[in-house]
Amino acid sequence: MRTRLDPQDPLALSSLLDADDLLTIQTVRRFVHEHVEPNIDRWYEHAEFPRHLVKPLGELGVLGMHLQGYGCAGASARMYGLACRELEAGDSALRSFVSVQGSLAMFAIWKFGSDEQRLRWLPAMAQGDAVGCFGLTEPDAGSDPSGMRTSARRKGSDWVLDGTKLWITNGSIADVAIVWARTEEGIRGFVVPTGTPGFEAIEIRRKLSLRASVTAELVLRDCVLPADAVLPEVRGLRGPLSCLDEARFGIAWGALGAARSCFEAALRYAGEREQFGRPIAGFQLTQSKLVEMAVELGKGELLAWQLAQLKDNGNLSPEHVSIGKLSNVRQALAIARSARSILGANGISLELPVMRHMTNLESVATYEGTEEIHTLAIGAALTGQPAFR
Amino acid sequence: MNVVVCVKQIPDPAAPASLDPTTHTLDRSGKLILDDSDSYGVEMALQLAANVEGSEVTVVSMAPNSETSGLRTALAMGAAKAILVSDGALAGTDALGTAKVLAAAIRRAEPDLVIAATESTDGYTGTVPVQVAELLGLPSVTFAKAVATDGSSVKVERQTEAGYDDVECSLPAVVTVTAGVVEPRYPSFKGIMAAKSKPVDTLSLADLGIDPSEVGFTGARQEITDVSAAESRSAGEIVVDEGDGAQRIVAFLEQIKVV
Ligand SMILES: Cc1cc2nc3c(=O)[nH]c(=O)nc-3n(C[C@H](O)[C@H](O)[C@H](O)COP(=O)(O)OP(=O)(O)OC[C@H]3O[C@@H](n4cnc5c(N)ncnc54)[C@H](O)[C@@H]3O)c2cc1C
Ligand SMILES: Cc1cc2nc3c(=O)[nH]c(=O)nc-3n(C[C@H](O)[C@H](O)[C@H](O)COP(=O)(O)OP(=O)(O)OC[C@H]3O[C@@H](n4cnc5c(N)ncnc54)[C@H](O)[C@@H]3O)c2cc1C
Repeated sequence: MRTRLDPQDPLALSSLLDADDLLTIQTVRRFVHEHVEPNIDRWYEHAEFPRHLVKPLGELGVLGMHLQGYGCAGASARMYGLACRELEAGDSALRSFVSVQGSLAMFAIWKFGSDEQRLRWLPAMAQGDAVGCFGLTEPDAGSDPSGMRTSARRKGSDWVLDGTKLWITNGSIADVAIVWARTEEGIRGFVVPTGTPGFEAIEIRRKLSLRASVTAELVLRDCVLPADAVLPEVRGLRGPLSCLDEARFGIAWGALGAARSCFEAALRYAGEREQFGRPIAGFQLTQSKLVEMAVELGKGELLAWQLAQLKDNGNLSPEHVSIGKLSNVRQALAIARSARSILGANGISLELPVMRHMTNLESVATYEGTEEIHTLAIGAALTGQPAFR
Repeated sequence: MNVVVCVKQIPDPAAPASLDPTTHTLDRSGKLILDDSDSYGVEMALQLAANVEGSEVTVVSMAPNSETSGLRTALAMGAAKAILVSDGALAGTDALGTAKVLAAAIRRAEPDLVIAATESTDGYTGTVPVQVAELLGLPSVTFAKAVATDGSSVKVERQTEAGYDDVECSLPAVVTVTAGVVEPRYPSFKGIMAAKSKPVDTLSLADLGIDPSEVGFTGARQEITDVSAAESRSAGEIVVDEGDGAQRIVAFLEQIKVV
């Protein structure tokens, strides 16, 4: 019997799934279906982060799920990727929360922290009892974090932090902030409980993207921390950059979820909407858009799959991740825009998920390295000639 | 308390199903998943076991091709171990044959309480659990909408058309639960990872001491002689409200005897 193309899975990629992958997809899809889909338009409209979902996400075990020990599940990279994809099919805000919590804040402590720091924070963060944020970007240092001004100086055995971090996801709801600062020994990371005197987080309002996610400015003024607040195991930009690699891996997967949601909405709509006496899906120009979406989605899935394979085998390089982040987010945005055009006027409404995904993806394209920065990273690896400055 | 849950692994109801043109049996060669009906049984079992010290939940399934996907879901939800009966000779087994196989497998787990769904999503004869009870010589309580146990007896609210009966019964016993009795938990990622190392005992007919001629197409006493497509639903009647909309709805409901 001839196998037919399944519009839900045009490249039949489900044949690559094993039992754990299937369970991952089923579980996270059900969570998104029950807890996110019914209300996400309202959260987005009113710029509300669904804080009540933090604990259930912890119970689900998705926070730091790819880390070993300390109450984390120790799942494969592929399971983590699939979970990101399914969360972002709900909304990028949710995946952003999970990325920052698990891959930036928890990963930094897990990888570079002391045993005391790990025991103090990781189980609580895995359970959703504590929220983390990750402060690298500053008003004057974005793509080039080496230009950061936030400083940490010694005062006796204590550390004193001063500076401002900008665009920090989860900033004003966090219990703990991982703050990167310059010291006499180079850039170092600090584990800052957000109740520390001299630490302040101010939520950034009037965003037109990732509206259901919290973004904040962190202000540190004479913020005094004990000697053991520093992450002992890393010095230099390698610290924050290796955390970003973790999160970018999840973004390369997550963007596919948002894109799939847009594709499905457009495919459904094109079949139902009639103009000139027939469904618009019957016009070659519409088909061309839908086909392009399906083809790019399939390619993106394969790309993400290969990244997971490399990561699970311990062979993933930062430039591999750059290829995935660059290509999958770019294509997701193209798919979202094309899907939006198929929906006509309905495409600009919050009644359908497409424009919401589209505006979210503008942030996803910017954070964790812009297209230009990943292009330069891949370019440097290809040619041996760094062209950053 | 040993709680055994029967879990059927079925083709994904969301995917189009196909019947074999000659035997009229369902094509079960693709991926199978945990029947939604049974996720309620698993959840109920986990809740009951949590309330009685030293309890353990075992899931039992009969399925082709050593399929374990659905069992993995139940293990990830928290069941301790699984028994799978898979054997080429089982193809074409009818409800009684299924009950014989399940009864033999369940006996091995020395159950205090056996839980099944009132009916499966794909076959839905609704006859397997009571046949299992009969074969095991156990009492059965069906259509439970609430279950409580102290480990020696079980109290059940048995759904009836008018309301429910309070039924009490000593253990061991077989209880069938209706859909929606409890909210099945999400398998957590810790659960999914832990399930990898939980034991799945895969048994053949020989392991169970069952003669292959008693099951499969040869042993089946039920034969599906013919199948035909269900009548496609007609478009329905559109009633335009001309001030008498409410009355016409009531009249329609009376006509189909729901009021
Ligand atoms: C919603 C949201 C959440 C965020 N969350 C966090 C967070 O949790 N933690 C955190 O630390 N940061 C976070 N960020 C910040 C994000 O990582 C930065 O915005 C990003 O790194 C880009 O920095 P920038 O905005 O300063 O842009 P800039 O670096 O000023 O870049 C502006 C433009 O110039 C281009 N450009 C820069 N350098 C070059 C070059 N060498 N060659 C060519 N083009 C170049 C860029 O590609 C871009 O197009 C978040 C941002 C957003 C929008
Ligand atoms: C058209 C048709 C085609 C069929 N084709 C096949 C076929 O190809 N192969 C085949 O094996 N059967 C096939 N069957 C099913 C078979 O004939 C019996 O109906 C079936 O074994 C009895 O199951 P049920 O789904 O009717 O059980 P029900 O009595 O409705 O099930 C009630 C509960 O019993 C438990 N239970 C039932 N079956 C199992 C099981 N296997 N493992 C664990 N727990 C279970 C579950 O808790 C279930 O919810 C077919 C049935 C029909 C109507």
